[in-house]
Amino acid sequence: MLVVGLDIGSVAAKGVILDKDTMHRAMVPTGWSPRDAGEKLISELLELSGRKREQVDDIVVTGYGRIAIAGAGQAATEIKCHARAVAEIYPAVRTIVDIGGQDSKVIRLNEQGRVIDFAMNDKCAAGTGRFLQVMANALGLDVSELGENEDSDKTVSINSMCTVFAESEIIGLLARGTSKSGIIAGLHQSVGRRVAAMVRRIGISGEVAFTGGVARNPGVRRALQEELGCRLIIPEECQFTGALGAALLGAEQQFN
Amino acid sequence: MADYRQMWTDLGMDLEKHDILCQVLPDAFGSVYLSQENRPEGMDYFNFVVAEIHGVRPSELIAHQQKGGKVFGTFCVYVPDEVIFAAGAIATGLCGGSQFWVPGGEKVLPANTCPLIKASVGARLDGTCPFFKIADMYIGETTCDGKKKAWEILNEHVPVHVMDLPQMKRAKDIKAWEDEIKILIQRVEEQCGTKITAASLAENIKLINGKRQALARLYNTRKNSPVPISGKDVLLITQIAFYDDPARFTEQVNALCDELDARIAKSEGVIPADAPRILITGTPMAIPNWKLHHVLESSGAAVVVEELCTGTRYFENPVDESKTTIDEQIKALAERYMKINCACFTPNTGRIDDILRLVKEYKVDGVVDCNLQFCGTYSTESYLVDRALKEAGIPVLHIETDYSDQDFEQLRTRVQAFLEMLEK
Repeated sequence: MLVVGLDIGSVAAKGVILDKDTMHRAMVPTGWSPRDAGEKLISELLELSGRKREQVDDIVVTGYGRIAIAGAGQAATEIKCHARAVAEIYPAVRTIVDIGGQDSKVIRLNEQGRVIDFAMNDKCAAGTGRFLQVMANALGLDVSELGENEDSDKTVSINSMCTVFAESEIIGLLARGTSKSGIIAGLHQSVGRRVAAMVRRIGISGEVAFTGGVARNPGVRRALQEELGCRLIIPEECQFTGALGAALLGAEQQFN
Repeated sequence: MADYRQMWTDLGMDLEKHDILCQVLPDAFGSVYLSQENRPEGMDYFNFVVAEIHGVRPSELIAHQQKGGKVFGTFCVYVPDEVIFAAGAIATGLCGGSQFWVPGGEKVLPANTCPLIKASVGARLDGTCPFFKIADMYIGETTCDGKKKAWEILNEHVPVHVMDLPQMKRAKDIKAWEDEIKILIQRVEEQCGTKITAASLAENIKLINGKRQALARLYNTRKNSPVPISGKDVLLITQIAFYDDPARFTEQVNALCDELDARIAKSEGVIPADAPRILITGTPMAIPNWKLHHVLESSGAAVVVEELCTGTRYFENPVDESKTTIDEQIKALAERYMKINCACFTPNTGRIDDILRLVKEYKVDGVVDCNLQFCGTYSTESYLVDRALKEAGIPVLHIETDYSDQDFEQLRTRVQAFLEMLEK
């Protein structure tokens, strides 16, 4: 059985190939063409596993680009795929927080690992990877550097929810000589609060997993844990959770 | 659309701007509506009415005015059309449902006003909708703060009569609405120079009840599985109900229902029988707002009923036709209209009862509770609605959106994830 799961996100396109018991992962920037990113990923995955396109039994696509590359395989939403992957790896998890490039989601699972409720941010970047990216630019950093550069003892509260206003706010703070590390801690707190509010609407039960690219940021992990008052499970290679879920859905269908 | 440029010029419309709207509407309608398969033939009439939306009906209204008749523009399902028609006038719905009109409204309204109000004010101020230009008088009502203030702005351009809608449902409130209908009668009579009699009111109560019955019949066909008609098509018909000639509309809906009955007898449908059956509740969807229905039905769901102003709130509960004196008729009207359950009332538990009843009647699998951005009453009430549905074991998705297309993909993800959740 050879199945491919693709997660074409707003920033990065992630892919997982399951070849019986072995798994390979690949990632490319989505760029302007989700279709090209998807094709590129498939080639890379095939190369990694040393297989040919015709040998692939099934391709399942998720992420915002899932419609654009319809035809490559069947589509499933990120919500279903994240749930599928987490249920497989961490069966005790009942709540998933997923923060990606342009949206954040909270997913509730039942004992069977099925989605029973979810919430998603409105058409606004607050509480998403995009928010952090814009702020990192204003601070002259790469978004991947934020986590290691915070000082949570000096947290400066960022009051603006809106990305545009928050950017002006931190420019103002910098002008007043406020420490970067304190501002960064404040940004993480802002994301943590925003997402925690969404979690509370859906309600926490069982263990809580944190997935998506932003889960790689230790500062957001810290802030979210503080806001929620519970420990978060971070899957290994958390960015690939959606792609893995897509591949598992594909495998399931082959099995049935 | 046929050439109505002379008429639009005479109305003092902004033709250049209006042309932009005329260019985009056919595309939007084509991709949302004409792309559907196996549509009932009876939809032809409604397709025509929409294709000629700023032409055919406006010219009928103008012809009516040329014979000395009056036209009243309304914005809400609480306004009793019966009274207006009984005075020999015509009532026409005016709510704006397109992003096209929003910037015009934003010139005078705060950005955090709901898109329906912004679009309605924009359509008038920008001169890009003939209906807004034709109406001799607007009938407003006090259903929300945004509208109350918007009437004051619109009143500088066209006379607006505001009906003071009570926000509770005690006996004294129903009495107060009766009094408001009496004041409306006076105002309409003054405007028209005619007298509303028990006979003319009785006749028009029958006329509007006929329209309600036809719509109820149409909605009833959707209780079948597979559904003989798409949710999108029924939404369109309901939107047209607000401005079309009531007698002709009723006749056309009934003809369509005959066709749908034949489909049902053959178990013929437009959406597969195993598609998830969705009830939509929330704020009104004024024409041409088809966004949510389009996302849902293009993702494989069947919208089977709308608990909306453009839905069951519009036609449920006929007016008692047995009354013979004008005072009794007004009382019957007040009683009927005060049965509508809008989130501007407190409490509004009747709406939750309605939703739970409709879920059973239409064998609904999931509810989408959708409110327009900045609608405080409906977005707040969604907490109670969603909780009641969850307690009843019915999956519910809450959505807040506006008329723009920028959140279409996010909306699609939510809707599809919700549909995945409903899969057995």
